[in-house]
Amino acid sequence: MTTFLDALTWIADPANWGGAQGISARLLQHLAVTLVAVLAASALAIPLGILIGHTRRGRGVVVALAGAVRAIPTLGLLTLLALLLGVGVEAPLLALVALAVPSVLAGAYAGIESAEPAAVDAARAMGMSELQIVRNVELPLGAGVLVGGLRAATLQVVATATLAAYTSDTGLGRYLFIGLKARDYPQMLAGAILVAVLALLLDRLLATAQDRASRLAHSTEGTP
Amino acid sequence: MTPSRTALRVVVATAAALVLASCGSDPLSGDGDDGDAIVIGSQDYYSNEIVAEIYAQALEADGHEVDRQFRIGQREAYVPEIESGDIDLFPEYSGPLLQFWEPDTEARLTDDVYAALEEATPEGVRVLDQAEATDQDSYVVTREFAEKWDLTTIADLAEVTDDLTLGANSEAESRPNGPQGLESAYGISVDFAPIEDGGGPLTVKALKDGDIQLAIIYTADPSIRKNDLVSLEDPEGLFLASHLVPVASENIDDDAAAVIDEVTAAMTAESLLELNQRSVDEELPAKTIAADWLASVDLD
Repeated sequence: MTTFLDALTWIADPANWGGAQGISARLLQHLAVTLVAVLAASALAIPLGILIGHTRRGRGVVVALAGAVRAIPTLGLLTLLALLLGVGVEAPLLALVALAVPSVLAGAYAGIESAEPAAVDAARAMGMSELQIVRNVELPLGAGVLVGGLRAATLQVVATATLAAYTSDTGLGRYLFIGLKARDYPQMLAGAILVAVLALLLDRLLATAQDRASRLAHSTEGTP
Repeated sequence: MTPSRTALRVVVATAAALVLASCGSDPLSGDGDDGDAIVIGSQDYYSNEIVAEIYAQALEADGHEVDRQFRIGQREAYVPEIESGDIDLFPEYSGPLLQFWEPDTEARLTDDVYAALEEATPEGVRVLDQAEATDQDSYVVTREFAEKWDLTTIADLAEVTDDLTLGANSEAESRPNGPQGLESAYGISVDFAPIEDGGGPLTVKALKDGDIQLAIIYTADPSIRKNDLVSLEDPEGLFLASHLVPVASENIDDDAAAVIDEVTAAMTAESLLELNQRSVDEELPAKTIAADWLASVDLD
């Protein structure tokens, strides 16, 4: 209990907030690593997910592959990548992208597939091109599920981005490693609390986005 | 009572009985100690076990009877056994052992540590000669870098005009053997890059890539030889001197002590690195490595 109080005191101490190693800088680095990883994963997984969801082809293969990627321990992957790429933030970033891809992919194809087949058939009967069907029917109808996938991926990445500090001077993970190795447990717990708070804030934000996106589906249904 | 609960109770009771039973029979107390067999212990650390095995084989070759009690674990567990005379001989490391007996000691350099250690040994225990071989933290650089700037000691880093970055676990940043210690003891300023694998493969990779110029790696780590790295000497004692040193009870007579002293005299830094490398790379058992080494140094 005293460790917990010490950790809160540590966070509340203004001296720990400023400078290149301060909480503000570490929070921003952590957020940046998270955003870059999720955006890169989205750039890969969303188009692929849409393709699979729309054509309903190759789903078995991709799901199996994504499942296999999920099973890779991130720290092991990070070590392997760092042995190839050297130390720095690149290896942890790639490992985090690999962590995020399966969730984003699952959200994307499940979202597209969740569009009512009758609505898709109707759109096709109206003479819409396949691209138009994706853009005007399937994406609006599946947006909620798609954003849900992003939300799950972001939560995983923000919590795991502490590993960026394994090979670089980046992010809130530094507090965990310093605290662990120097037996400064209040500092370590403070780092963990900050990660948890950041994760909760991002999750709230994306939950709101998910709600809005789901409502998109209903408003589309309402359009004559 | 449900059947599963009964089963659970049986399991718990059996486990408790086993724990009690294992507490009752201390493998080191009494038995086997009645003759004049020399009881040799070792830490639960492969390098330490090889050295203990070397002691054992050297003593056997000289006609002594030996009882091996290897892989005991941490200092807290085995030092009391040495103090009570249940273990007669144990390969130890000068600095850490001194700090165990005298936590407030200020000795850091090789000879100071050994002198203080001789003072600190309790009644009935003594340290024999210390070896040249060490197993301690050290600053390492690549051989290429060492030759370019003609480096042998940490102090020589003052001549380097390139920027220097030290890569190590993050605790080094605030510890006396990190950038602050380098600055205060040697007047050398370095940047710091955290790499959290304790001088492992990522650190070596960063050294070779030139991402860092300095790393902290154990002097007896086989990766130093394998990757052609150089440990810099540490005249100011930034790192606690940690020489291989045998601790002996009164049961080690002058004859046995002479055998061990011969082994120690042959135990160079190179030797220890080679022993560790054979264990890590060739995965040979301690017995084989010890026998090969004893044959190669040819003690008389």
